[in-house]
Amino acid sequence: MRENLINLAYLVGAIGFGLSLKWMSAAATARRGIFAGEAAFAIAIVATLFQPEIGAKGYVLIVIALAVGAAIGVPLGLKVPMTAMPERIALSHAFGALAVAATGIAKFFLDWNVFGKFELAVLGGEILLGGLVFTGSLMAAGKLHEMLPQRPIIFKGQNYANFAMIGLGIAVVIYLMFRPEDRWLVIPLAVLALIIGVMLIIPIGGADMPTVIALLNSYAGLSASALGLVLNNKLLIVAGALDGTAGLILAIIMCRAMNRSFRNVMFGAFGAVDETAGGGAQGEVAPVRSASPDEAAEIMKMSRSVVIVPGYGMAVAQAQHKVRELADALEKEGVDVKYAIHPVAGRMPGHMNVLLAEANVPYDKLLDMDEINNDFPQVDCVLVLGANDVVNPAARHEKSSPIYGMPILNVDQAQTIMVVKRSMRSGFAGIENELFYNPKTLMVFGDAKAVVTELSLEVSGQRDAIGL
Amino acid sequence: MTGDVIITSLFVFALAGFLGFEVIRKVPKLLHTPLMALTNALSAIALVGSLIVLGHAETTYSTILGFISVVASTINVVGGFLITDKMLKMFRKPARPKPAEEAGS
Repeated sequence: MRENLINLAYLVGAIGFGLSLKWMSAAATARRGIFAGEAAFAIAIVATLFQPEIGAKGYVLIVIALAVGAAIGVPLGLKVPMTAMPERIALSHAFGALAVAATGIAKFFLDWNVFGKFELAVLGGEILLGGLVFTGSLMAAGKLHEMLPQRPIIFKGQNYANFAMIGLGIAVVIYLMFRPEDRWLVIPLAVLALIIGVMLIIPIGGADMPTVIALLNSYAGLSASALGLVLNNKLLIVAGALDGTAGLILAIIMCRAMNRSFRNVMFGAFGAVDETAGGGAQGEVAPVRSASPDEAAEIMKMSRSVVIVPGYGMAVAQAQHKVRELADALEKEGVDVKYAIHPVAGRMPGHMNVLLAEANVPYDKLLDMDEINNDFPQVDCVLVLGANDVVNPAARHEKSSPIYGMPILNVDQAQTIMVVKRSMRSGFAGIENELFYNPKTLMVFGDAKAVVTELSLEVSGQRDAIGL
Repeated sequence: MTGDVIITSLFVFALAGFLGFEVIRKVPKLLHTPLMALTNALSAIALVGSLIVLGHAETTYSTILGFISVVASTINVVGGFLITDKMLKMFRKPARPKPAEEAGS
């Protein structure tokens, strides 16, 4: 009877999770989705506390653990600034994987003599996957927080070494299927998984982080589902499957937006490309036109429509609030302002949207690449702010370029293109951008935030008013 | 665990995967970061497993691992839901002549 009631609560939880994600499909209903998720979660946890295995001492430990978790979780939820969101998300994948791997190891030691071959295999795989997602996500978070170098670290035979370690891990899992009494092997297996996680992320550059974060999300979900299979808990299977597919879909979208495969992202060591590739015909000294902020402001003011293309540079400079001010000033002058957002702009899926939403930009002005790409010929002025590879026309025709075939924002079709950049240095992937040499392009050199501040002062005429 | 139970579990996994694919495909790119934060909070339901490991407290090792696991999951649930809500609150409705305007912050 009690067991049935608990399982019923899990069923309600699974339905709640489904609704929660369904409501995420529109900004207007998304917050309702959170409440559905929270309610479902609460029901499932309360039901679990009635499980007969939990003893009196256990309740004390549970209360302490929940309190410690909440004490760390609340500041992580409330205090983290939006600019630190990519590393915050990566960190949460690490915590999720740690929880799953630790439970999996405990389960192996407790019930190795009860489990059949199938459960042992799933459990072994779960420990392997959970362990590598844990350190992999920590590495990703470290790179995103710039505690670790963002440049890929590559050595000869790297991929072979990684495959060998993964192969060894799988071999240990298979051995444990048949000889679970050698349960001590779970510890070296877990350690191996932790090493694999580090090794897999070392060669990955910052520009590939959106895909990698999505993939780690997917793996974390998959390992949760595997734990659910072993524990025979359907709710955990469902939640893990939902998390896994969410990560998978995001990873697919990111890969499509870069015209690359998972294999290429994980083992291709992109971003290590030498600068000779893709320089193309622009290798010769081509003239570059530059403009001062007041000249640029004048052109923007005269335009009917301005499209702002944000990139990682805007996030680094934390210029999103100044960008909003510039847009407000332009709109006051009767200029139509929109934002064009490439799927892989920034360091995680949806990065630019979150930053601009933080700066109070209404979300109907944030347009996807597909929504806006055909409109560029009618746009008077484009302001490229800290974006580089996603607007590089070499992706269309330069077959030798590493970004060849990647869908880009067609900013070169606009009447005037302004690029805010610190210097002529090439972008993250080390590729020359021929857009900078386009006769319609004006380079505005300087820090993104400083330039945008100047621009908005010029446009609003405040500079003259103060008498500068 | 019998073959029946395993097959049922695999059924649930497959169907949940399909459901997830269809539902999550419809989430606009605008909301992809909150989506990741939310699914992360939801998958912290691994608590249903770790609470039992910790609560049962069979061996010292299992209790320590259970404790780590409950703490990590709790961080993800609490932090995940809070941060998703914080992000979604920022997504300002398009300015319309209608009075239905949500406070900015």
